[in-house]
Amino acid sequence: MIRNAWADLRQYPSAIIGLLIVGFLVVMAIYALATLSYGEAIRLWRGGEDIWQDYPRTASPEWTNVFRSKKLPSTVLFDSRQGQGSKVVEPRGSLTEITIEFPFNFQADDFPQELAIFFYATFTQKQPHVEMTWLTPDGREIRIGEYSPRGRDSYRFEGDSRLARRLRNVPAQQALFATPGVEPLVPLKGVYTLRLDALIFEENGDLDAKFIAYGKVSGLAGTDHRRRDLMVAILWGAPIALAFGLLAALGTTVTTMFIAAFGVWFGGLVDAAIQRITEIVLILPVLPILIMVGTFYSRSIWVILGVVILLSIFGSAIKSYRAIFLQVKESPYIEAARAYGAGNLRIIGRYLTPRVIPLLIPQLVVLIPSYVFLEASLAVLGLGDPVLPTWGKVIDDAFRNGALFNGYYYWVLQPSALLIVTGLGFAMVGFALDRVFNPRLRGL
Amino acid sequence: MAEVSLSSQSNVAAALTRRPGWTTALRVLRYSVVRLVALFATVVVGVYLTILIANMGGYVDEIKKAQIREGISLSVSMDPANRALTPAQRNELIEGLVQVEVKRLGLDRPFLLRSFASLTDALTLNLGRANYLTSDSGSKLVRLVILERLPPTLLLFATSNLFLFFFSIFVALRLSRNYGNLADRMVIALAPTSAAPGWFYGIFLILIFSALLGWLPFGGMVDTPPPADRLQYAWSVLRHMILPVSAITLSAIFLTIYNWRTFFLIYSSEDYVDMAKAKGLPGRIVENRYILRPTLPTIITNFALLVIGLWTGAIILETVFNWPGLGRLLYQAIGLFDTPIIVGSTVIYAYLLAITVFVLDFTYALVDPRVRVGEGGAK
Repeated sequence: MIRNAWADLRQYPSAIIGLLIVGFLVVMAIYALATLSYGEAIRLWRGGEDIWQDYPRTASPEWTNVFRSKKLPSTVLFDSRQGQGSKVVEPRGSLTEITIEFPFNFQADDFPQELAIFFYATFTQKQPHVEMTWLTPDGREIRIGEYSPRGRDSYRFEGDSRLARRLRNVPAQQALFATPGVEPLVPLKGVYTLRLDALIFEENGDLDAKFIAYGKVSGLAGTDHRRRDLMVAILWGAPIALAFGLLAALGTTVTTMFIAAFGVWFGGLVDAAIQRITEIVLILPVLPILIMVGTFYSRSIWVILGVVILLSIFGSAIKSYRAIFLQVKESPYIEAARAYGAGNLRIIGRYLTPRVIPLLIPQLVVLIPSYVFLEASLAVLGLGDPVLPTWGKVIDDAFRNGALFNGYYYWVLQPSALLIVTGLGFAMVGFALDRVFNPRLRGL
Repeated sequence: MAEVSLSSQSNVAAALTRRPGWTTALRVLRYSVVRLVALFATVVVGVYLTILIANMGGYVDEIKKAQIREGISLSVSMDPANRALTPAQRNELIEGLVQVEVKRLGLDRPFLLRSFASLTDALTLNLGRANYLTSDSGSKLVRLVILERLPPTLLLFATSNLFLFFFSIFVALRLSRNYGNLADRMVIALAPTSAAPGWFYGIFLILIFSALLGWLPFGGMVDTPPPADRLQYAWSVLRHMILPVSAITLSAIFLTIYNWRTFFLIYSSEDYVDMAKAKGLPGRIVENRYILRPTLPTIITNFALLVIGLWTGAIILETVFNWPGLGRLLYQAIGLFDTPIIVGSTVIYAYLLAITVFVLDFTYALVDPRVRVGEGGAK
């Protein structure tokens, strides 16, 4: 039967596309699991500035530059600890003079988002003293300021009010990159250099620095308001969505099938009770109840999964299974099974339930996306799992930060596209399966 | 399905010749009353389950106790006779009065007994005061806060569903007449798009029509400030409704049309349809009387399940579109951890679902010849 079904399924182009999509998602999920462990993904996603300080805020994905006439800058990062840039150490009497230079070629059509220097100073008593100078491609030399870093310290250009005054209140990341005398401001392309002249007052003292010119594009997926690389959530959303969707769909359809079979087989009171419960469950507001569970008890995705299954085992699908079981129950082969002395459970498990498998499989596949979207819905309501990175939570973050209003379209579009692709993929396969397994509809 | 078509074959002709009279009206009424009683029983059980879930952590009790404490501390501090008391004595007095009140209201009784008391409270929406949210008139009564948000939700939801229902029937009939053509194949190909819920399409609609094109508002129900003129007010509401209604419609339309067109096709292959065509009846009459009529009960059952599913999506849809209805209230309540409102909204959603089921049941009774003609098929 399986081989026949496969041959039939191949007749439907939509099924092939759907299968390709599902296959792609599975590969993506495996890749996510292979490259980032569960614990690591959670650690990254929950991390703050300590993990993500090298990334810009709300930066678009790098590939969007292909479609832009004005190319946005990527992040420029120099770390003298890793030998990037040049570092010259010159002893001068009791002092030591360290000169760090970070030359970089800037070719974008827009200004960077932010400029920052992170200092790593070693001293016991007296802090080193740093003089920061900016060299532009056209040979100007702009004094940025002086700084005495305390151990690990950061200097953000924007936060320096004296620098702002000197630059006539034009934000530093614009003023330092602007072509002189042109209004509105246009970035000057060429090689810029940041020079740090440091004086070390102690014998064993040292100074290293990391300079970051935060770009407006970053990585393959962009970043969010907390500088997190969205790639973590985009990748890890796949295994979570698939696992949640598959487990919920499997859990609900299989239990529903057995409950319907029990009802029909035992008949009488059992059947009546099951029917009444189905009617009650039909008017139970599932999402508000999930919301109650989420607010009062636990937001863990696995608790929610359990409640979802509990609430849907008496779902409306019982009625359609029941209709089939009622017919099957009267079949001669059931009577034959009874005659040889098969027990109730054996008849239900081996003779009754296999008859609805053709109905069950398409329904299972079609149900998967609805649960994937349910998880996303809960996340959008702010009830997503607090630790896991999921697609829904990315959409939620985006909405809370006015992504559509502020034009951060990539932030909403990437997880949404993945959600819709997942939904379409499974639905296409499910619809084709339905037509293969239930030929009554095939001719129409 | 076979059962339905067989009995409607024999009855549909009778239904068409006999004009509905008093007896029919009585039957429909009796059917409706029986369904109403059954549904009310269902609602009671449903709300009871809701209460059980909410109370598993003792939240409903906490709401009540907090309310009692608030009332008593207010009356104690307002009473001039207590002005001489030290704070410690006053607290002792409040504590004693709270205990008395808790006993009087039976909150110290066993859980089972108490749960029935909570059930009556929930059924009458007597859920006390909201912690933070207020109604527009400034009241904190959960009942008022919720009832105030009901009309916008009903407006949005009724409009979308009525539109969805009639539009789908119209298109499905069209497609079933010449199935296999381009439009038909398009609908079949697009049916999987219904896997995504309405709010999801809402995001894209906002993106296109509000953010990129700027034609329609991002959300809300009327412009701020609301226009004073009635006509302009209605126009403003209408403009704000376009996107949410389209979102709901988009999320369901293709699958619905696909399903219904299949129902129509199944019913139009019945022998009596061929017979009617052979008699030379015009296509419109064949369609309305011989195909649409017997299919309607099936369609309404299908629609009922669809609408129940759409209610769930409506909560988030309202949030996405900032629509000032129940769904957004629930969303705000989650954000503020306003437990009375969350429980109250859940209860009112149970009511709304039951009412939806009842309305569709009632329509079912009106269109199903078995209910209209005889008692035979009515349950």
